[in-house]
Amino acid sequence: MAILSKEEAQAILKKVIGYSKADFCEVGLNGSDGGNIRYARNAVSTAGQISTMSLGVSSTFGKKTGSATINEFDDASLQKVVKRAEELAMLAPENPEFMPLLGPQTFAESNTFNAKTAAMTPDTRAEMVGKSLSVSKAAGLDAAGFLENATRFNAIMNSKGLFAYNKGTNVSFSVTVRNKQGTGSGYVEQDFNDLDKMDTLALSKIAASKANGSAGAKAIEPGKYTVILEPLAASDILSNMFRGFDARSADEGRSFMSKKGGGTRLGEQLFSENVNIYSDPMNTEIPSATWNGDGLPVKRTQWVEKGIVKNLSYSRYWAAQKNVEPIPFSRSVIIEGGTQSLEDLIKSTEKGILVTRFWYIRSVDPQTLLLTGLTRDGTFYIENGEIKFPIKNFRFNESPVIMLNNVEALGKPVRTGSGLIPPMKIRDFTFTSLSDAI
Amino acid sequence: MKRKDFLYLSGMGMGALLLPNLSAFGTPIDPLQALDGVDVKIKKELADVALNAAKSKGATYADIRIGRYLNQFVATREKRVQGVANTESYGVGIRVLANGCWGFAATNNVTKDAIAKAAEQAVAVAKANAKIQGEPVQLAPQKGYGEVSWKTPIEINAFEVPVKEKVDLLLNVNDVAMQNGANFVNSVIFAVNEQKYFASTDGSYIDQDVHRIYPTFNVTRIDRESGKFKTRNSLSSPMGKGYEYMHARPEDKITGIVTRYKGRYDMLEDVKEAARVATEKVKAKSVEPGKYDLVLDPSHLWLTIHESVGHPTELDRVLGYEANYAGTSFLTLDKWESKKFKFGSDKVNIVADKTQVGSLGAVGYDDEGVKCKKWDLIKNGVLTSYQAIRDQAHIIGLTESNGCCYSQGWDDVQFQRMPNVSLQPGKEKLSVDDMIKNVEKGIYIIGDGSFSIDQQRYNFQFGGQIFYEIKDGKIAGMLNDVAYQANTQEFWNSCNSICDESDYRLGGSFNDGKGQPSQSSAVSHGSATTRFNGVNVINTARKI
Repeated sequence: MAILSKEEAQAILKKVIGYSKADFCEVGLNGSDGGNIRYARNAVSTAGQISTMSLGVSSTFGKKTGSATINEFDDASLQKVVKRAEELAMLAPENPEFMPLLGPQTFAESNTFNAKTAAMTPDTRAEMVGKSLSVSKAAGLDAAGFLENATRFNAIMNSKGLFAYNKGTNVSFSVTVRNKQGTGSGYVEQDFNDLDKMDTLALSKIAASKANGSAGAKAIEPGKYTVILEPLAASDILSNMFRGFDARSADEGRSFMSKKGGGTRLGEQLFSENVNIYSDPMNTEIPSATWNGDGLPVKRTQWVEKGIVKNLSYSRYWAAQKNVEPIPFSRSVIIEGGTQSLEDLIKSTEKGILVTRFWYIRSVDPQTLLLTGLTRDGTFYIENGEIKFPIKNFRFNESPVIMLNNVEALGKPVRTGSGLIPPMKIRDFTFTSLSDAI
Repeated sequence: MKRKDFLYLSGMGMGALLLPNLSAFGTPIDPLQALDGVDVKIKKELADVALNAAKSKGATYADIRIGRYLNQFVATREKRVQGVANTESYGVGIRVLANGCWGFAATNNVTKDAIAKAAEQAVAVAKANAKIQGEPVQLAPQKGYGEVSWKTPIEINAFEVPVKEKVDLLLNVNDVAMQNGANFVNSVIFAVNEQKYFASTDGSYIDQDVHRIYPTFNVTRIDRESGKFKTRNSLSSPMGKGYEYMHARPEDKITGIVTRYKGRYDMLEDVKEAARVATEKVKAKSVEPGKYDLVLDPSHLWLTIHESVGHPTELDRVLGYEANYAGTSFLTLDKWESKKFKFGSDKVNIVADKTQVGSLGAVGYDDEGVKCKKWDLIKNGVLTSYQAIRDQAHIIGLTESNGCCYSQGWDDVQFQRMPNVSLQPGKEKLSVDDMIKNVEKGIYIIGDGSFSIDQQRYNFQFGGQIFYEIKDGKIAGMLNDVAYQANTQEFWNSCNSICDESDYRLGGSFNDGKGQPSQSSAVSHGSATTRFNGVNVINTARKI
């Protein structure tokens, strides 16, 4: 069994630390247990069950550090991995960016684990995929999808008394439903910690509806349009920006957060006033671990408030250089929204384009964070508050920074992709060419 | 390589563990433990255990891959070694056909008992999935080759070169960059060795030793006053070669406005030019959008070939197996059946080739025991074939597989992956200078940059590393903010001329992603410098 309890993990880590002769020793232990089913053309194509566990040791003499990992857990193997890390450390050059180990920290208990998700079996997965296939088969459509679940644990301990443990579950599902003629396609994607929230039947019905609804798409001219981005589409494009909240690259002058003449854009009004971005590992919709790989507690952090950049992420090393507190980034990014539904946003739109998702997003210019990519699996024209007809897919060239300066309205946030993201109504979104892809 | 060298250099801090995707490649090891490999006789015995166990449980076909995958990363930044890691991943993957359906299981416990158990699990998975399976799998016949072997033709095993030599080179590269105006520089050497043993119930026992190498760097130049920064990446190609690739020779250099590399790579020379170019880029003028004739260097064109030809000719995409992830293809079966679908101009001849010496995709046999070969995908501009594996061959009337099945590791199931897909050089003598002389309004693009293409591979947009304006047959200066957009079929039909064999070079990628769970594969794409007429160029400059 690859999933250890807090006590079991602690016992192994204590034993490993006990073998250490180095000035400092850090040990990490992680395991994963899960499975998946992939299907296409309305039939299963592959399925798998995977279970793994591994241990990493980092030993330091002075500022000289060595590291080694192993996936065997008998005493001799544990002694061997410690010894190897110490041999490496003694032969290593000094690391100029070495930071002293953290002592004991207090971490909030995370809510990332769900017992029912952890208990998923191949039969559970087959049943869930079966529901998805029932939708496509009944509607005379073709489904291709992927269902995956995993239980994971991570634990760290160091010789200065720090110990942290987290166990979490995740189940993810995505399906693309296409009509037999190949003229319409729909897609949904969802992931949760809690299996009970995952409804493959309902999600597949949405994908099927989009597949039928997107058939016979009309071409309209590329240009600047008001767009309504479904949460998945908004998440697709914004996840590239979240990675840029790094203080070091901003200070070094090679980030969109760098300021002309030197310094960072911390404290600047970079986005519209209705943009508020934060992360919170304790959020019940999108919980995450309450500590990072360094052993720093991860807490609620406001990144953007009323469009102003309030915080950048500082590693321990860079924080020490800048004489500030380190701030770890969190994956549970939350963009505050309103109470309006996606339908409400559509109703309030005179002319616009509804985007289900984006595809093949790549950075064009890191200076301005300009991205390119395409719409996919359901793009629709809106007029007078109603979806009028499906339209052909577009290529966009847009910066998420510009996009968040053109926010007209935000709906109710939904867990999707990189965070808890609302549907967004954005004006002047730049589409540069048409695609015939379906 | 002496053990001490490895210990010294792999101990350079936790940086090794911070390298991207390291966990996907295995756990750090002392390479001395793995270089020897496992005795072929032992592997054959283990393979027979799996095949017999699978057959006894009802499999009509079975194959086993016993894999030992070694990777070495050496990564530096300015004057610092960020990480050195050697990793190993060792185990077996067993694939079976039972009740007309595939099943797969893998284990890192390489014992006869564990292998027999995994074979039984694979059969059980196949039988379970058969209950919701549609048409039974049809496997193209494949003769057994008996006991055979193949090795990448290398001169120097990169894993036997002292790590210190690699570190010294990279720190020297960084020093050259900084001395020539760079503000930041990262440099990396990444080496791969796949020791793969394949056996199947067809009667093949195939032992292969595959080597690849990828040196690369990224230089950043910052102009604090204007707040602008520009980067330039190396013009190296990852190759299916040994460490000899790092020993540059004059005959491997393509001289011109920027030096490019053919069979071997001069990292120090390239980084010096990169620092100069990055500095020039800060001051270069922004492009006027419009229609231009594009002259595309092979260091750039490989990526366009990969995205717009390599992927759409994958038969699994054509059939819909990638519909939920990488997408489908506009090259539907009816276009191939018509035998007259004009993919490109008459000058466009594109081949798939798993045997090309020095390429990333070159192996003797694929991961389902098929001997590798070369075949036409596009002939005189017309679509002639796809990339197929054994369970797809019958769909396009083939009596045998094309041999392009691959798995990234022993614990992943093998599936259809792209072979080397390359544009053939022009038959008439034509140099780059001759080509540029005939361009009135154009852009010469060197190096790969931003890339994006739709899920059926029609609409694409590509950037690059270096852009030179061409006016009335002459280079007129450097440009910024260039990206071109086109439709695949229109683009290849606008192919006007291709330089000859003397300019032919390989580019490629270590990380072509596909499948769920996603797997990566390495693939090369060759071409000579090629001209495309009247392509739409956009200006990508923005203000934030």
